[in-house]
Amino acid sequence: MNLLEREMQYPISQQVPVSLKRKIRSTHVKENILAYVFLAPSLIFFGIFLLYPMMKSIYLSFHLTDPRGRIAAYVGWDNFHTLFVSNAFWKGLWVTGKFAFLTVPAGIVLGLIMAGLAHARLRGIRVFQFIFSLPLAVSVGTSSVIWMMLFHPTMGMFNYFLSLIHIAPVQWLTDPSWSLMSISLMTIWMNSGFNFIVLLSGLQNISEDIYDSAKIDGSGPIRTYIKLIIPLLSPTLFFLFIVSMINSLQSFGQIHILTQGGPAGSTEVLVYSIYKEAFVNYQFGTGSAISIVLFLIILLLTFVQFFVVEKRVHYQ
Amino acid sequence: MMKRRTLSNGLVYILLSMIGVCILYPILYTFLAVFMTPDEFSQYPPKIVPSELYMGSLHAVLDLIPVGRFIVNSFIVSTLVMAGQVLTGSMAAYAFAFISFKGKAFWFAVFMSTLMIPWEVTMIPNFLLIKSFKWLDSYPGLVVPFLASAFGVFLLRQFFLQLPKELFEAARMDGCGHIRYFLYITLPLSKPALATLSVYVFLNTWNMYLWPLLITNTAQMRTVQIGISMLQFQDSTAWNVVLCGVALVLLPSLLLIMFGLKYLVRGLTAGAVKG
Repeated sequence: MNLLEREMQYPISQQVPVSLKRKIRSTHVKENILAYVFLAPSLIFFGIFLLYPMMKSIYLSFHLTDPRGRIAAYVGWDNFHTLFVSNAFWKGLWVTGKFAFLTVPAGIVLGLIMAGLAHARLRGIRVFQFIFSLPLAVSVGTSSVIWMMLFHPTMGMFNYFLSLIHIAPVQWLTDPSWSLMSISLMTIWMNSGFNFIVLLSGLQNISEDIYDSAKIDGSGPIRTYIKLIIPLLSPTLFFLFIVSMINSLQSFGQIHILTQGGPAGSTEVLVYSIYKEAFVNYQFGTGSAISIVLFLIILLLTFVQFFVVEKRVHYQ
Repeated sequence: MMKRRTLSNGLVYILLSMIGVCILYPILYTFLAVFMTPDEFSQYPPKIVPSELYMGSLHAVLDLIPVGRFIVNSFIVSTLVMAGQVLTGSMAAYAFAFISFKGKAFWFAVFMSTLMIPWEVTMIPNFLLIKSFKWLDSYPGLVVPFLASAFGVFLLRQFFLQLPKELFEAARMDGCGHIRYFLYITLPLSKPALATLSVYVFLNTWNMYLWPLLITNTAQMRTVQIGISMLQFQDSTAWNVVLCGVALVLLPSLLLIMFGLKYLVRGLTAGAVKG
């Protein structure tokens, strides 16, 4: 509550002279104007580049366009109907789900292990903390190029390492049964820095007393971590889960660089389909229809997580 | 007891090192490849460490593509987006934190709901819009759509709300208006949060892939991410030359992480988790 609100609580009208009343009202009007002046820059940019395009996306999804993006015809629900009867769309949805399933839980578990180890009070632990956060600096563009080389069937390091332990080479990116797995591996690596930092600071917010009392009770470090610390970490885990899910649904760069959706559509996620439909085939209407589906999925996910999962999260 | 302690500490170090090697390896691989000759890089079994500090690949990549130009482009775009988001974000956050006005709850809900619109959903209309502005292949096209973010507003508002209330009241008593309070008290006191947002936005913009891919066509306007991945699509280029380019592009972000990590850690989690 600020000063002005506090002042307003007194029955001003009874004791205060009219001139002062007017002054207070005029400061109130001034405050209102000032607030909107402060909000205006953000509102203008949101309006032009977010809310208007959102509406336009919905509008486009009910139309067909020419290759330059001009409306050609109103088609009603046809775009959606075509989507829902096409196998490619359902396959894309399936791939997107599989990709989230492969990257999100594994990423969070890896993050928990890394943060748990790097939270130990040991000499030189800062070096490890720094190394673990490094992938944060590596963009999707650069990490895809690096991993492309690592994945190369004959010259890549991964197949070389496998040959050292006498395992037959894997066609990481060209074998449809491996391609999504390979992209997931790379994505888990790329996101590990962010997951690590979020979980480590979550751990640092937990009071030291809890560790000490667990130790006095004779609980070993691994048991303490799993039974006691991870439940206390659940708000952080919850946040990380939402962010990772949404992130994974929005993946594009690694797929564009490494496999271009192939082989045989095995890595074609939804955002890649939007890109292909709109900017390769120049079908802005059907592309928009897919993006509306993506929007609804993310919206649903956010709601489910806020209303269902939120209740089970343990807050300290 | 002591013995068991050192044993388990040893185990922790071993695990830490094993994970550390896995995390570090792709980055190390890139920087080692910079100093290999093309022959060295393509021999089998592969060499792990270069035999000398060979500079030829570095020269080759600088001759092949305008890396300097890409870096300057990315730097200009990231700096402008960063400055813009800090400015628009801190203004809006100030209004939500300190000014009482009609419709505050409504506008806050509007701001927060924009967080739920994935950027990919709006990219088709945004592309058509930027095209109609004739902003394809230009800095405004790369910068202007990203000048405001609800995330920034949210992060800064959380921080502003944690500033001591008494300060605000005392300043108002002394007749300090909102604009002065914003410029001379709120902003200087919020340096850690502003630093967090700056590092975060800079890194995100520097790493952006899809949008620059859509709206840039000429080599002159490409950002680092697009420039580097284009290099990889040309089959004739020696691989370690490509990795040289990657290393050059990675260097600025690695430096940023080195100096900005503590702000990122402190700020991101404070804003995100307590929200």
